[in-house]
Amino acid sequence: MKNTVKLVLLLTLIFSVTAFTSSNEIEYNGYGVGDLVRDFKLENIDGKMVSMADYKEAKGFIITFTCNTCPYAVAYEDRVEALNKMYATKGYPVIAIMPNNVEVKPGDNMKEMKIRAKEKGFTFPYLMDKGQRVYPQFGATKTPHIYVIEKTEAGNVVKYIGAIDDNFQNADEVKNKYVEDAVNALLEGNEIDVKQTKAIGCSIKV
Amino acid sequence: MKRYLLLLALLTFACKQNEVNATIVNENIKLKATIENNITLNVYNFNEFEPLLNKEDDKVYIINFWATWCAPCIKELPYFETVNEEYKSKNVEVILVSLDFPKQYENKLKPFIKAKNLKSKIVVLNDVDSNTWIPKISEDWTGAIPATVIYSKDKRAFYEKSFNLEELKTEVNKFLN
Repeated sequence: MKNTVKLVLLLTLIFSVTAFTSSNEIEYNGYGVGDLVRDFKLENIDGKMVSMADYKEAKGFIITFTCNTCPYAVAYEDRVEALNKMYATKGYPVIAIMPNNVEVKPGDNMKEMKIRAKEKGFTFPYLMDKGQRVYPQFGATKTPHIYVIEKTEAGNVVKYIGAIDDNFQNADEVKNKYVEDAVNALLEGNEIDVKQTKAIGCSIKV
Repeated sequence: MKRYLLLLALLTFACKQNEVNATIVNENIKLKATIENNITLNVYNFNEFEPLLNKEDDKVYIINFWATWCAPCIKELPYFETVNEEYKSKNVEVILVSLDFPKQYENKLKPFIKAKNLKSKIVVLNDVDSNTWIPKISEDWTGAIPATVIYSKDKRAFYEKSFNLEELKTEVNKFLN
């Protein structure tokens, strides 16, 4: 009898440890290309809440995890703004999400986000991932980190993950405009050539 | 020697006239810059850098990717410095790979190396086509820094994370036993 109790206890322990581990993994795996994206509701710099569902006319989204304080993110600010100017009217607006813990990076707090957005004249929403719940769902690990999303019958589907282009240092020397190519392919109903790219960025501050 | 005389002259002069302080500060900065500029950086593209990832001698190599603007990288640098020093006799070598931007080599990277008195081997990786070379370092690397590779000729591990000293030693010890 004693042994049975021990066995049950052991099994329970193993089960709970395994369950805990796997739920952790799910949380951090994030989206891959082809996955459906859960909508979010995050506060914009103008105080209003923004969700993908608000964009009734959109065909999709260019979602960028970015911040004020990462030099790589800063290097791409003008190019993100250009993407919004180019594609918002064609149905693919930019939505920027700031994922960092602002206690670790005060330079990324809401006040600083407002200042930066005004200085740079951002025409897209710049949302705060308050509580840092959205970036782990996406599986974003760094700033900048881009997700191109297409609105379909089934829901919002990830079509591209990675960098904006292949030269963070110099916009004039870019050879591959990954995000533009992806959105153009979606607009023309073609298959995206490069669906995933990797680039250096600042780790998201937790 | 001439510089010090000049500085001394300026200092003496400054006692009489406060406005000269600014000049002294300037002169100090110039002196500092001269010392710092003695640091020679090894700047590589990925092809030039790659051999450092694949050495086949008897050492354990710890390759840490960092930059002066990366706060968690700066925080963990002392641990890599400590391991480099303490494990030297165990045939362990740390290589710090800076991903600083070229325009910051002179005004940020060199002064930082000097100020922190970094002893580990430092190389600079300057190759914008990261989509090509990141997967060659590790398929698991999303590109966030800090990131670290530890390898010997028959074992290799990749870490996209920040280390504390204890964790780093634990991982290095796995390569030593």
